[in-house]
Amino acid sequence: MKPGITKLGFVRSGALIAVLCIMMMHSTFAEIPLAERRSGYDLLSRETRAMQNDDTANPGMLWVLDGEALWRAKAGTAEKACADCHGDARETMKGIAARYPAFDPARGRPVDLEQRINICRSEQQKAPPFAYESKDLLALTVYVTRQSRGMPIEGAVDERLKPFVDAGRALFTRRLGQLNLTCAQCHDDNWGQKLAGNPLPQAHPTGYPVYRLEWQTVGSLQRRLRNCLIGMRVEPYAYGSPEYVALETFLMWRARGLPVETPAVRP
Amino acid sequence: MARALINVPAKAKRGEVIAIKTLISHEMETGFRHSTIGLPIPRNIITSFVAIYNKEEIFRAELFPAIAANPFITFYTVATESGTIAFEWTGDNGFSATETAAITVE
Amino acid sequence: MDRHDGEWRSRRGILKAAGALAAGCGAAMLVRPARATPASMQIAIRNVVGSAAVQQGKVTLDIPPLVENGSTVAVSVAVESPMTPTDYVKAIHIFTEKNPQPNVISIHLGPRAGRANVATRMRLVDTQKIVAIAELSNGSFWSDTADVIITLGACLEDVI
Repeated sequence: MKPGITKLGFVRSGALIAVLCIMMMHSTFAEIPLAERRSGYDLLSRETRAMQNDDTANPGMLWVLDGEALWRAKAGTAEKACADCHGDARETMKGIAARYPAFDPARGRPVDLEQRINICRSEQQKAPPFAYESKDLLALTVYVTRQSRGMPIEGAVDERLKPFVDAGRALFTRRLGQLNLTCAQCHDDNWGQKLAGNPLPQAHPTGYPVYRLEWQTVGSLQRRLRNCLIGMRVEPYAYGSPEYVALETFLMWRARGLPVETPAVRP
Repeated sequence: MARALINVPAKAKRGEVIAIKTLISHEMETGFRHSTIGLPIPRNIITSFVAIYNKEEIFRAELFPAIAANPFITFYTVATESGTIAFEWTGDNGFSATETAAITVE
Repeated sequence: MDRHDGEWRSRRGILKAAGALAAGCGAAMLVRPARATPASMQIAIRNVVGSAAVQQGKVTLDIPPLVENGSTVAVSVAVESPMTPTDYVKAIHIFTEKNPQPNVISIHLGPRAGRANVATRMRLVDTQKIVAIAELSNGSFWSDTADVIITLGACLEDVI
């Protein structure tokens, strides 16, 4: 069976080409004014919002429950659980995810929450680090981030993060890939307009790790960024690349003040 | 065992109609997808869900591949007496999961 | 998984991908399979209903008319019924017209349900018609239909 271009695929590429033509004509790279920033939540349908709002119906909560179990489970040759050092996550992890990626002095660069969990795992628990996008790593990340739900994103106030915010901004505004598109062209200049039938969000990482309906599972911000890059026909970076961490740092700076929604639901 | 989230009101009045929400983690692989090199991915779904209230079956559903991953099913039942509501999911490849919820009926 | 790094397009990449698949963790790409047709949906309905007539009414199928992603669509079915031991809804079935298979879910109830109202989340492969059929204790069948338009987000995992 040949994977032909379906009518839907054809319409989508047509729509994409139309948007590109408009974008190539004028690209302003104008940052969204602080007061106009909106989470992708505002663009969701009523039903998807209902899925996110109800903790008894939000599929992401299944990962939160798994994460809670992992938090208490002893691991590694050190036979330690996260709880042994960090106690009750509901107290000790409050606000943590809201200020990640955070600068790691030992490494001289920021690390995101997934990397921090793996650092604890290998250095403190003496256990092999989790693979990116593994169920366990996602569960722990969602569980920790969930403890910051409702809190405003701190947004890279640490001065040592400034060069990385700048590096992330450079990536965000650079033309990339076969379509020669920048992230800013869709997400700064054309948010709210439709691309292939769905509205473009401003792309704030308020709800990550997110339950993406397309994946039918929870996934990290890096996975979503890879999807963006593939959509733009850019060769995606490998998981854990400094490019992703720079982008995440910039995106969290760009989303400063917006509340954490994890686990969010998105199409 | 797969993770499940059940929502049953802890207390109810006798004769009250209560809503029960259930959510279970399962990929519900349809059996209609193919890998990037064209090999079919075998079906792996939950095929049946049953709710039993103090030994009496109150709800039964037969699920097909068209049910979305992490099946979410909401239904109603009459709170007749205090006790336990047991939920059981079975599926392909010997999949089986159970959860219980206690209810106090005044 | 690195399944979508540029590498996979090279020969080495394809061999690696085949190896990964053999290890049981190959990626999946949606290839449009054979679809159900309105005719096969009718056959699936006949299997459940037999030769009885299906009347419109009593059933309310609630599903959003426009959906952002067909993989998870909230759907609920409510049937007017006093749900007494002599007059209740025995079963609720949902069917689709164009999914690879017409059946979605078959639910069995009794008077203990109190209310004939169920909700779940379903998959819809494309814009199509959905049918809900309720079987009452007196052997009659009632139905409701709804049309749903499916859109699809941009920037997905696979190059379609």
